[in-house]
Amino acid sequence: MEPAVQLRGAVTLLGRFPALAGIDLDVAAGEIVLLRGPNGAGKTTLLRLCAGLLSVSRGTAVVLGHDLPHRRAVRALRRRVGLLGHATGLYDELTVADNVRFWGRAAGASREDIAGALAACGLDGRLGDVLVVNLSAGQRRRTSLACLLARRPELWLLDEPHAGLDQDGRDLVDGLVHRAVASGATVVLASHDLDRAEALADRVVTVAGGTTTTGITSGPPAEPAPEVARVS
Amino acid sequence: MSAPPTRTGSPATRLLGALSLIGLALLLGYALWWSPADAVQKDSVRIMYVHVPTAIVAFASCGITTLASAMWLRRRSEGWWVLGGAAAEVGIVFTGACLVTGSIWGRPTWGTYWDWDPRITSTTLLFILLVGFLALRRVDNESGDPSHRGMRAAVVGLLLFPNVMIVHYSVDWWRSLHQTATITRLDPSIEGTMLFTLMLGIVVFSMVYAWLLVHRFRVGWLEERAGATGLDAALVQRRAEAGVTGGVA
Amino acid sequence: MFRDASLMAGKDLRIELRSRVTLQQVLPFAVLVLILFGIALDPDRGVLGRASGGLFWVTVLFCALLAIQRAFTIEAADGGRDALRLSGLDPAGIFLGKAAAIAAQLVAVEVLLAAGVVIMYGTEVTGVPLLLATCLAATAGLAAAGTLYGVLAAGLRVRETLLPILLLPVLTPVLIGATKAFEAALGGVAADGWPWCGLLLVFALLYLTFGTLAFGTLLEES
Repeated sequence: MEPAVQLRGAVTLLGRFPALAGIDLDVAAGEIVLLRGPNGAGKTTLLRLCAGLLSVSRGTAVVLGHDLPHRRAVRALRRRVGLLGHATGLYDELTVADNVRFWGRAAGASREDIAGALAACGLDGRLGDVLVVNLSAGQRRRTSLACLLARRPELWLLDEPHAGLDQDGRDLVDGLVHRAVASGATVVLASHDLDRAEALADRVVTVAGGTTTTGITSGPPAEPAPEVARVS
Repeated sequence: MSAPPTRTGSPATRLLGALSLIGLALLLGYALWWSPADAVQKDSVRIMYVHVPTAIVAFASCGITTLASAMWLRRRSEGWWVLGGAAAEVGIVFTGACLVTGSIWGRPTWGTYWDWDPRITSTTLLFILLVGFLALRRVDNESGDPSHRGMRAAVVGLLLFPNVMIVHYSVDWWRSLHQTATITRLDPSIEGTMLFTLMLGIVVFSMVYAWLLVHRFRVGWLEERAGATGLDAALVQRRAEAGVTGGVA
Repeated sequence: MFRDASLMAGKDLRIELRSRVTLQQVLPFAVLVLILFGIALDPDRGVLGRASGGLFWVTVLFCALLAIQRAFTIEAADGGRDALRLSGLDPAGIFLGKAAAIAAQLVAVEVLLAAGVVIMYGTEVTGVPLLLATCLAATAGLAAAGTLYGVLAAGLRVRETLLPILLLPVLTPVLIGATKAFEAALGGVAADGWPWCGLLLVFALLYLTFGTLAFGTLLEES
C-alpha cells in the first residue's frame, strides 16, 4: 500500500535558514509515528511541510500521493490533512461551537460530523457557548482538536498534542488517535511527553539538526551513528 | 567566484555617462540661452525643459516597475526584483524633481506654488504611491523562502502603473470640468527652437535616468549576492547542531 | 467559491455581532469626524452644505480604513493565516467573503452618515437613485481594493501606518467619482453624475476581478 508520507533528502528553508536540512522519512498508511528531538530540531517544520504549508528546496516529498513541488505548496493536499499546531487558529470572539462549526464547514464537514466532534471532545453542552477568549489554554487545545476532528482528515499531524492538557485531556488525545487510526487515518506526532507518546506510537523517529536519524524500532533509540550530518 | 567587483561602472555606462554629461551641457545652453523666452511667460517657461522630461521619465519609471513586478511574479528571478526596486527609487527622485520644478514654475505663472492643476495633483499622488511601494519593500518578511518574500511588494508594484493611469485620468477628468483654462496655462505654444530644446531635454533626461538605473540596479544586484549565503554552508552548520546536541534520550 | 464566500462573510458578521466593534467604535468615529469637519469649517451652514458630498466620502474613506484594519486583525490572531490556508476554503471565496463583510459594515456607516449630513449640515436630499447607485458602486470598490491591500499589509508590524499610505492614493478615483456623483445628485443635475457612477463601477469591477484572481497567491505569502 502506498506510504502516507515519503520524504527523501528534503530541504526546507525558512527565510534563508535551512530548518530541514535533509529529511528521510517513511510513514506507512495507518501508522502512528512519533517525532522526537531537542527544541529547534525541525519537528514543527517537518509537520508543517507534511501539511502542505511549506515547500522543499531540495530533495523530494510525497504526502498522500501529492508530490510537493519545489517552492510551491500544494492546496489539494491540505484538505486531506489535519494539523494541530502550537497556535490555536481559533477566533477569539466566537464561541467554541461557532469555531468548530466554521472550520468544519469550511472543510466540508456535515452537521453530524461537527456535532460528533464537539461531543467527542467534551465540548457539547455549556462549554460550547463560551467565547474562546474566555477559555483556558487546555480548553482551547480541546477546541482546536475538535476542529481537526470535524474535518475527518486522512493524515493527522499533531505538534505536541499533550502539552497544556490535564490527565483527562491527554487520555482524550490518545483515544482520538486510536479511533482515527482504526478508521484508516495515519498519525504523525511530535511530543516531549515521551512516556505517553512512545506508548502511543508504533515507531519513533529522532529529529535533530534538521535531519532524521534512522530510528525504525520503537523504544528509546540507540546512540545515533556519528554520521548524523549526512548529505542526502 | 573571484573577488567581488568594487565598482558598478563598465565601458557601456561610462560612455552613457559621458554622453549624458555632454547632453546636459547642451541642454543647459539651449534652455538658458539659445532658446527664446515665451511671449506670455517670459523666462519662467525655461523650467519646462526640466519639468516635462522629469514627468515623462517618472511615468515611464512606473511602467518599468510594473513590468519588472509582473516578470518577477512569473519568473521569480532576483534580477527582476532588483530592477523593480531600482526603477522605483530612481523614479521617485525624478518625481520629486518634477513636483518641485512644477511648483516653482507655477509661482510666476499662476501666482501660487500650488494650483490644482491635474498633472501636479496626479503626480503628487504618484509620488505617494511610490513611497508606499518602497516602504513595503523595505519591510522585512521574516518567514518564507526568498522566492516568496517579494510577493506583497510585487503585487503592489504590478498594480502601480494601472493605479497611476486610473488616478491620472480621474484627476484629469475631475479638473477638466472646472479649469479648462489652467490646463493650457502651463503649456505654452511651443515650436521651433523651443520644441527642439524640449525634445533634447526628454532625450537627455532619459539618458540620465538610464545611467542612474543601471548603476542602482548593479548596486542592488551586488547587495542580493552578498546577502545570499551559500546554502550548502548553511546546511552543514545546521546539521552540526545534531552532532552537538543530538541523540538525546 | 460563493459558498465559501458566504461562509466567510457570515463568520465575519457573526464576529461583528458579538464584538460590536463597528457599532460601538466605527459609527461613533464617523459621527465624530462629521463634527470635526463642522468645527474646522465653521458651521457657516453654507460651506458645509455645499461641501457635504465630499465631506461624506472623506469620512467614509477614514471609516473604511478602520473597517479594513479590523477585518484583518480578526484573522491575525494566533495562527489564523495558517488555519485559513489549511481550511480548504477557496481563496477567491475568502476574498469575496471578506470584501462583502466589509462592504456591509460600510453601508451601515453610510446610512448613519447620510442621516448625519442631512441633520448637521442641512443638506437637501435630491436625486436619490443616483445617490444609492453611487453608494453601492463606491462601496464595492472600496471593499474590494481595501481587502486586497488589507491582506497585503496584514501581518506586518507596521500595518497601521502602512495601510493608509498604500490604500488612500489608490482610492482617490473613488473619492473623485463618488463626490462628483453626489454633487450632481444633490445639485439637481443628476444627468451629470451618472458617468461618474460609471467610473466607480469600472473601478469596482477591476478590483473585484483582480482580487478574486490574486488572493490565493497572496494568502500563500506569509
